[in-house]
Amino acid sequence: MLLIHCPYCEEDRPELEFRNAGEAHIARPENIAEISDEEFAQFFFIRSNPKGLIYERWRHIHGCARFFNAVRDSVSDKFLMTYKAGEKRPAVKAGEKA
Amino acid sequence: MADASRAHPLAGRKVANSAVTLTPAEPAARLSLRARPDGIAALSKALGVKLPAAPKTSATSKSGARVALWLGPDEWLVIDTGGGDPAADCAKATALHSAVDISHRNTAIMVEGKGAEATLSAGCPQDLSRAVFPVGACSRTILGKIEVVVWRTGETAFRVECWRSFSTYAFDFLEEAARDAAIAA
Amino acid sequence: MTAAFRTTAAGRLKGAKPVSFSFDGASYQALEGDTLASALLANGVHLMGRSFKYHRPRGVLSAGAEEPNALVGIHRDAARKTPNVRATVQEVYDGLTAVSQNRWPSLAFDVGAVNDIASPMFSAGFYYKTFMWPKAAWKSIYEPTIRASAGLGVAPDRPDPDHYASRYAHCDVLVLGGGAAGLSAALAAAETGVRVIVADEQPAVGGALRFETGSAIDGAAGWDWAQATAARLAAMDNVRVLTRTTAFGYYAQNMVGLVERVSDHLADPGHDLPRERLWQVRAKRVILATGAIERHMVFDGNDKPGVMLASAARTYLNHFGVLVGKTIGVFTASDSAYAAAIDLKQAGAAIAAIVDLRDNPAGALIDRARALGIEILSGRTVVRASGNLRVASMTVRATSGGPERTIPVDALLMSAGWTPSVHLFSQSRGKVAFDTATRRFLPGDYAQDCVSVGACNGTDTLADTVKEAIAAGEKAAKAAGAGKAAALKLKAETSESWAGGMVGAAPGAGPDTSGKAFVDFQNDVTAKDIRLAVREGMRSIEHVKRFTTNGMATDQGKTSNIHGLAIAAEALGKEMPEVGLTTFRAPYTPVTFGALIGHAKGRLFDPTRRTAFHAQEEKLGAVFEDVGQWKRAWYYPRAGEDMHAAVNRECATVRKAAGIFDASTLGKIEVVGPDAAKFMELMYTNPWEKLEPGRCRYGIMLREDGFIYDDGVVGRLAADRFHVTTTTGGAARVMNHMEDYLQTEFPHLDVWLTSISEQWAVIAVQGPKSRDIIAPLVEGIDMSDAAMPHMSVREARICGAPTRLFRMSFTGERGFEINVPADYAAAVWDAVWAQGQKHGACAYGTEAMHVLRAEKGYIIVGQDTDGTVTPQDAGLDWAVGKKKTDFVGIRGLKRPDLVAKGRKQLVGLRTKDPKVVLEEGAQIVADPKQPIPMKMLGHVTSSYWSENCGRGIALGLVAGGFERMGQTLYVPMPDKVIEVEVVGQVFFDEKGERLHG
Ligand SMILES: [Zn+2]
Repeated sequence: MLLIHCPYCEEDRPELEFRNAGEAHIARPENIAEISDEEFAQFFFIRSNPKGLIYERWRHIHGCARFFNAVRDSVSDKFLMTYKAGEKRPAVKAGEKA
Repeated sequence: MADASRAHPLAGRKVANSAVTLTPAEPAARLSLRARPDGIAALSKALGVKLPAAPKTSATSKSGARVALWLGPDEWLVIDTGGGDPAADCAKATALHSAVDISHRNTAIMVEGKGAEATLSAGCPQDLSRAVFPVGACSRTILGKIEVVVWRTGETAFRVECWRSFSTYAFDFLEEAARDAAIAA
Repeated sequence: MTAAFRTTAAGRLKGAKPVSFSFDGASYQALEGDTLASALLANGVHLMGRSFKYHRPRGVLSAGAEEPNALVGIHRDAARKTPNVRATVQEVYDGLTAVSQNRWPSLAFDVGAVNDIASPMFSAGFYYKTFMWPKAAWKSIYEPTIRASAGLGVAPDRPDPDHYASRYAHCDVLVLGGGAAGLSAALAAAETGVRVIVADEQPAVGGALRFETGSAIDGAAGWDWAQATAARLAAMDNVRVLTRTTAFGYYAQNMVGLVERVSDHLADPGHDLPRERLWQVRAKRVILATGAIERHMVFDGNDKPGVMLASAARTYLNHFGVLVGKTIGVFTASDSAYAAAIDLKQAGAAIAAIVDLRDNPAGALIDRARALGIEILSGRTVVRASGNLRVASMTVRATSGGPERTIPVDALLMSAGWTPSVHLFSQSRGKVAFDTATRRFLPGDYAQDCVSVGACNGTDTLADTVKEAIAAGEKAAKAAGAGKAAALKLKAETSESWAGGMVGAAPGAGPDTSGKAFVDFQNDVTAKDIRLAVREGMRSIEHVKRFTTNGMATDQGKTSNIHGLAIAAEALGKEMPEVGLTTFRAPYTPVTFGALIGHAKGRLFDPTRRTAFHAQEEKLGAVFEDVGQWKRAWYYPRAGEDMHAAVNRECATVRKAAGIFDASTLGKIEVVGPDAAKFMELMYTNPWEKLEPGRCRYGIMLREDGFIYDDGVVGRLAADRFHVTTTTGGAARVMNHMEDYLQTEFPHLDVWLTSISEQWAVIAVQGPKSRDIIAPLVEGIDMSDAAMPHMSVREARICGAPTRLFRMSFTGERGFEINVPADYAAAVWDAVWAQGQKHGACAYGTEAMHVLRAEKGYIIVGQDTDGTVTPQDAGLDWAVGKKKTDFVGIRGLKRPDLVAKGRKQLVGLRTKDPKVVLEEGAQIVADPKQPIPMKMLGHVTSSYWSENCGRGIALGLVAGGFERMGQTLYVPMPDKVIEVEVVGQVFFDEKGERLHG
C-alpha cells in the first residue's frame, strides 16, 4: 500500500483513502458545444498513458475529499510530488525521476 | 401531535472487556458546514466555536457541548451534544456558506479504554499514536471496509462517526477488534 | 518414559512438561517446547514424508522455515485440518495429531514410489513434451489424471471455524529477525526512544544462537543474552517484540506484512484467541537481520532420511536435546559443520568421519575436532548415501576420483556453506550483487529506506555483526527522528566459524554420473535435470526454473536456488550472475488465506446496509433482496401467497387504493449555494434556472460522451437549495461525478454538495388514496391539488417530525414521498401504516415497484440503459434543454454515431399471446427463419407479468425501434419463437390522468 501526500491535508496518508481519477491537465473546453469531432476525440478519448513520468489526478475521497494532481513514475509507482487542483503543471527534471 | 423521539440504530448494543468499551453515542445535532476562508470568522462567531483551519484538528465550544471537526479545507463536521441547533445558528450568519443538517445521516460509537487505539488500528490504516494523532485530532478515514470520521476525545477515547446504515458493520467490526485488543495491546 | 534419542547432555528443554502426540496413528512422547520434527527425531523417527514427484522417502533436512521435506498434515478436529505444515516449525502440544502426506497406503510402503523406479520417464520437461500429443487427449485423459495426482496434502473440506485478527502498526524502526544482529540493532534503536518493532519467526528470539553454543555476548551465553535482551526490549514502552511472527512480504514505502501465529502451538486455544494475526507495519526505517540459510551438499542419495543440514542436527542437539543418530557422518565444505560434529561427539554420539571437500581445512574448529579423535577425510567427497527408509552408509572417495570407501552411518550431516537470506531485501526491489570472492549474492543497491545487517549482509563474524547492527540501529533511529543518541556497546566473543563453502554439485555428482543428486527436494529436481534443461536450450535461470520447476515449490527454493544456478552456470560455461538470479517474491513462507482475510469474514465480509424501516418491514413479513450492499424489501407475501401472487396483489392494490414503499436507498444530494441552479444546469440535461422553489423536475445526467449516467427527481427547496435524488446504485458515483466537475472544472461556482442519502428515510405512498392516508399526519401545509400539484415539494412536519414532502410518482398514480430524518423513520412508518390500513393500502416491495413503473414505461438506469443509451434513444428527448448552451454531454450527443439512423431505441413490446412473459435479456430478430447466426435487432430490457394490464409487458432496445411501431418482431427461445408487436413505452393510463386524479 502506497503512502500519498495530500496537498490539502499536508500529510502522507494511506493509499486506501485515495482514488485515482485518470490523467491530469485535460481541461474541458470552455466552448465544448462547438468543438469539432476531432477536438472532442482528443479531449475525451485520447490519453497519453506514458511509461515513466505521468501527471494524474487523485481524489482523497476518504479523507478531505479534495481532488488534486500528482506526478508519478508509472514504472516504479513512486510519487514524485503532489499539488493542488488548479495549480500549474510543474516541470519535473529528469534527474528527479524516481 | 407529540414530538417523535429518535430511534438509535445501535440501540441496545454495548461491548465491554478488560481493555475497551464500545458504546453507541447519544443522539446529537450534526451539521455539514462548508465555507470559504473569508466566511470562517463570521461562522465561528455564529456557532460559538472557532472553526479550525489546520488539517486533522478540531475545536470545542466553551461549554464543551459543541465541536467543529476539520474534514477538508472548506469542510467542517459540527456536532452538538447539548441540545443546541447549529443549523439555526449558522442561518444567522450572512457569510457565504452551506449548512446541511446531517444529524440523522451519521451516528457514532464511543471507543474507550486502554485498548481503544489498538481496537481502531484493526481497521484504520492511519497512525493513531498520540504523537501523530493527539487528543483533539480528527480525520475522515477508513475502518475496515467503510468510511468513518475518527475523533480522539481523550488519551484513550475516540468517537467514531459513520453513516447510519454502516453503523451495524462499524459496531460489529469494532466488537471483533475489541476482542483482539484485549488479547494484544 | 524418555524418548530413546533424547539426551541429558545438551538442550534447553530439561524439566519441560511431557506431552503426548500422534503421528500416523502412533502415539509418542514429547516435551513442551519441541517441534514436531524434534519430537519425532527424539523417538528415532526420521521418515516423515514422501517427495512430490517420485514419492521418495524423506526425513527432515532442516530445523526451520526453509524445510522442503518434512511436510505433514495437522488435524486438530474435523474442520481444522491443515496440510503442508513444516514439521520443523509446528510446535508440539498435548494431543497434537499429525499425518504424513503424499503416500498410499502408508508412509513406509507407498505405491506411488513406482514413479521413482520409472523416473527416467519423469525427467525435467516431461510434462511439456509427453502430453503434447494427441491434442484431444489433453482434456479427457492427461489433465484429469495429472490433476488427480497433483497437489500436496489435502485441503480441509469444511469452513474454517477459526478467526483471524489484523492490525495496522506504525513504527520508526522495524527490525526483521531476532538473532544477534536483529536484537543488537533493535536495542540500539530502542534506547534512543523511537518506536521499534522487532519480529522473529521462531517461538523465541535467538536466531543462530539457538545452535551456536560457542558464542557469548555481553558476558552471557549467546542464547541467554538473546532471551534477556528480548525481555528488556519487551518491557520498554516504545518497543513491541513479536515472536512466532514471519515477515512474509516487503511492499512499497516500507510497508511490511507480518503474520503472527497466535494459537497454532496451543493445545486448547479457547474461543477468544485468534489463530493468526496479520500486522501491516509501516516503518520509517527497516533493518533486515534475516540471517542465512545453510546449503546442503548435492550428491547421490542426499535426500535419504537421516541426511540433514549440519546446523539442523546441532539445533536438535543444543536446543532440543535430541541426538539425530548414534553413528554420524559429516560431509562439508564449511567450518561450521565441524562445530556440529564436536557438539555431537561430546554429547555421546560417534562421529564416523568428517568428509571435507577442501584439501587443507585449517583453523581452531578443525584442530578441536582432530583433538577429539574425529577422523577427518579432507580432499574427499561423498559420492553416495545409501539406505532404504533411512541412511545406512556413505560412500567416500577422493575429490579427484579413485577407489571408494563405504562407511556405515545412521545420520549424515552436510554443509555447503551459508546463503545470505536476501529474500526480503529483494522483495523491497533492492538489487542483489554477486560477491565473486565468496560466490554469493549480497544486498547491492537499495530501493527503500532499509539496511541489512549480519549474516544476510554477508557479515560472517559475530563481533562484526554486533558492531554493524548497533551502528545500523542508531543510524536508523536518528534518521527516523530520534531525539537522543544511544551509546550501546556489546562485547561479543565466539569460537564459531562460518569459513568455507561451495556451490553446485559435489565432485562425484558431475555430468558423467548417474544417481539422484537432489538440488530441490520438494519438487524432486536433480543436478541432472538442470543440466538437461541447459542441453534442451534453456539459457536464462528463469527458463531453467520453469523447465525443471527448481525453486518453484512451497519453500521457494530457499536451499536450492543457488545450487541450481551454479549447476546451470557451469553447464553453460558462464559465471553465475550472467545466468541470473530468479526473483524473490512474497510470501517468504506460505500465508493462510485466513490471515490475509483477517476480520473480513462472516458478518464483516461486506457491510450489510439496512434502511431505517427494516424492522417494520420484517414485521410485515417482507422477503428481502440484495441491491448492492442494501437489503431491500422485495415483496410482502401473505399466508398462502407465492411471490407471483403477492406481487400481483401489491400492484393491484396500489392502483386501486394505495401502497406504501420504502424508497430510502435512493441517493440524495443537497446542492446549496447561490450558484446552485447554475451548477445544476451544467450537470443535468434539463433547464433548472426557471424551476420555481417548491417545484420538482425529473432530471437526466449524462457523461461527457452523451450517454445516460443517472436520473432522478430533483426538488428545488429554495433559490439556492436543491434536493437531488439519484438511483440507488448511482448514489456514490454520482456524488463523485458532481464533486469532480465542481472541484476541477467549475471551481468558480459558489455551491457545495452534501450527501443526505442517509439523513432522510423515505416512505413512498402511492395510489388514489395516498393523500387521504397522509394528510391527517401532516402539519403546516395545504395538500390540495391546487396548492400542491404533481411534482412539487414542501417542507412541513409529519407526526411531529420535520419532513420534506414530495408529490411525485414512480407508479403513475397520485403519489407522495415522505422524507423524514432517519431516527424518526420507524415512528412515522407506523403512523402511515395505521392510516393506510383505514384506506385499504398495503406495503409493496421492489418487485411491484418495478412492475408498476414498467406499466408506465418509466426507465430504470442500468436496466433499460447500459451506458450506450442517449436520452433520445430512451425516448426522453423532451428532458434535454434545447436552448441550453452547455451541460455535461452536450457535445457528446452530437457525435455522428449518436445522431445516426438505426440506433437502438427503447420501445414497448407486446407479446401476441398476452399470457407470455418474455425473458429479460432475450434477443429480438426480424426473421426467425434466417440462418444462424441471426441478425440481432436488440434485446428485452424489462419484462413482467402485469396484473393491472392482464398481460405480459416488456421494454426493449430495438434498432430503429421508434420507426417500427406496429411491426411484428420475433424473440427466438430454445424451445419456441415468441411473436411480439412493437408498441409505445406506456402500457397503462397512456394519458397520465391518474397522476392528478
Ligand atoms: Zn486530504
